[in-house]
Amino acid sequence: MKNDNINHAEAAAAFLQDREQARWHDSAIWWVRQKRDMQAKQLPEWEQLRSLAQQIKAHTLSKLDEYLEQFQRNAEQNGVTVHWASDADEHNRIVHGILAAGGVKKLVKSKSMLTEECGLNPYLEQRGIAVIDTDLGERIVQLRHEPPSHIVMPAIHLKKEQISELFHKELGTEAGNNDPTYLTHAARANLREHFLTADAGLTGVNFAIAETGGVVVCTNEGNADLGTALPPIHIASMGLEKIIPKQEHLGVFTRLLARSAIGSPITTYTSHFQQARPGGQMHIVIVDNGRSDILGNDDFYQSLRCIRCGACMNTCPVYRRSTGHSYSYIIPGPIGSTLGPSRDIKKHGSMAFACTTCGSCSNVCPVKINLHEQLILQRKRAFDAGTLKPAKKMGLLAMRFLTQHPSLLDAGGKLMRKVVPIVPQALTRHSAWSRPGRELPDMPAQSFKEMWQARKENKS
Amino acid sequence: MNVALFIPCFVNELYPHVAMATAELLEGYGIDVVYPLEQSCCGQPLSNNGDSQGACDAARRFTGVFKDYDYIVSPSGSCTSHVKHHYGWYIADDADYQAMQPRVYEIVEFLQDVLKVDRLPKPVYFPHPVSIHQSCHGLRELGHAAPSELMIPYHSRLERILQLVDGVDVRLPERRDECCGFGGTFSVDEPEVSVAMGEDRVAQHEATGAEFIVGADPSCLMHMGGIIRHKCRPIRPLHIVEILTGRGGAA
Repeated sequence: MKNDNINHAEAAAAFLQDREQARWHDSAIWWVRQKRDMQAKQLPEWEQLRSLAQQIKAHTLSKLDEYLEQFQRNAEQNGVTVHWASDADEHNRIVHGILAAGGVKKLVKSKSMLTEECGLNPYLEQRGIAVIDTDLGERIVQLRHEPPSHIVMPAIHLKKEQISELFHKELGTEAGNNDPTYLTHAARANLREHFLTADAGLTGVNFAIAETGGVVVCTNEGNADLGTALPPIHIASMGLEKIIPKQEHLGVFTRLLARSAIGSPITTYTSHFQQARPGGQMHIVIVDNGRSDILGNDDFYQSLRCIRCGACMNTCPVYRRSTGHSYSYIIPGPIGSTLGPSRDIKKHGSMAFACTTCGSCSNVCPVKINLHEQLILQRKRAFDAGTLKPAKKMGLLAMRFLTQHPSLLDAGGKLMRKVVPIVPQALTRHSAWSRPGRELPDMPAQSFKEMWQARKENKS
Repeated sequence: MNVALFIPCFVNELYPHVAMATAELLEGYGIDVVYPLEQSCCGQPLSNNGDSQGACDAARRFTGVFKDYDYIVSPSGSCTSHVKHHYGWYIADDADYQAMQPRVYEIVEFLQDVLKVDRLPKPVYFPHPVSIHQSCHGLRELGHAAPSELMIPYHSRLERILQLVDGVDVRLPERRDECCGFGGTFSVDEPEVSVAMGEDRVAQHEATGAEFIVGADPSCLMHMGGIIRHKCRPIRPLHIVEILTGRGGAA
């Protein structure tokens, strides 16, 4: 679980202390953004696809209740048990109930941000069920007892040397062997053991198709397939916004998802789960956990279109220079910075300020969420909820006043221009502006207003 | 035709020569330039920090000051974009705002779309390599260029207008439109990230071999200028109007 008290500015400053590691993190993720660009460029209809995806999602959200009911009916006809969870706790109780009834001692999980959101792992572990994350990146962060730093590449904050060290300690690999292939094989051998001995498998859901009652899971490692093919019980946990109306809509999203996420034309595996295999059980848990509240909010309902591709993180210049661990909510980056504050403005309000409003996220988003605007609108909520630091709030109220009184604003500006040049550098050096290595601009003798008036007098 | 200059508050205090160059450029095309003295801040810092009451009051005040002019022109893409695209959050129903909104222009847009200029008022010879800095709000909200994220035909207002300048050698940095890290109050709320971004950006501009970083937003240029000065680097930030009026490089 994530520490809710993380302050982005402080955590990011700490991360940037190691400038080498920070540069590496930035370039590694920028490389993924470039791969995304190359893939997108190859589709002449890229922007049309984005519009289409946006429209399908917008339509679905406008009739979400109907599509959810249709999905449930069809899934149940396929013999799947459908459960509804209003919040994280109910989700965890339902999953535990299924596992307890089946006498499950070990659960293998493929990547699911929803279960991170719900805190499922600690919940089950406290109740004596071993949970093994089987996505390689997820497995790495699980072994390190830390949250994922990215929703698609959970261990992107780590270098291979750090993973080698971890695997040496946890899996007994050779000390100092940093070869990625060697390390991956070691993880695979270890995971294979768990796949074979697990009693149940849990997956997330990328898309749930109302028309068929089936769910679609996109992975690159095939771990979801193994995790559902070997143990007799399959649980699929999904947020209620994952619905799309028809099978024929799926292609729009699968074409966008992997290209946006990792710059591949498609994920290695696009697995369709329609019913339990003979003798097995299949359960789908549909989770609300605050989503209905977002759906009812004019400013933020668009965020429910998200297909969790992570492209907004890859393009975000702030995310790349601060890592996902600098954000208080489990989902970091631009999309997390609207979902987090929507969930709890007091806890996660500061995330909305970890943004220059550059707008790149809104442009890469395959479902065209107005992300950077949502962050500005979340700041409104943060201001109204009284979460701003007192000094900042005072400054804003002063600015509010000066904006209405230009003569005082001018007087303040003039004072600044006269005073700053005579203040000893020893004092300004510690200001937030100058501290990290940035000088103040020159202070001109005259403002433009003064110059303009003088020019007018000279002319007349 | 009269044009009211909208000079952002910090440009008024810190970059008066950019404001003056904007005025002179417009006057060079025979335009009657007015500078309404009662103008103040457009309210973007308030809006960006969630003070909707303050932002709303600022929007109403701005509209009251500027609504009767034929055009409202500013040398800042970001402040222009706030007025053009975000005042709607606060005063969308205001009839005066609705009538004014389409007449608000950033200076380069105004030259290209309204005046449709094909020459500069005075010929300018600027025999220097320059690296283009696409500021985010000008780029992604005003559409100054094709953003690298969108798969649309390439265009760039700054590159196009620099074709009117003799001798200039236009270059583009690696990551052609990544944010410089200024971000208004972000620059002091998250100073370490802001400066880290700015350092990377300056290095990318320098790597082009340019002598100047040219942009249409004084705030980004101020931020990068502060970093350049701290590191005692030779590259210089320059606002596009400083080149177009032939003032560039003198400073």
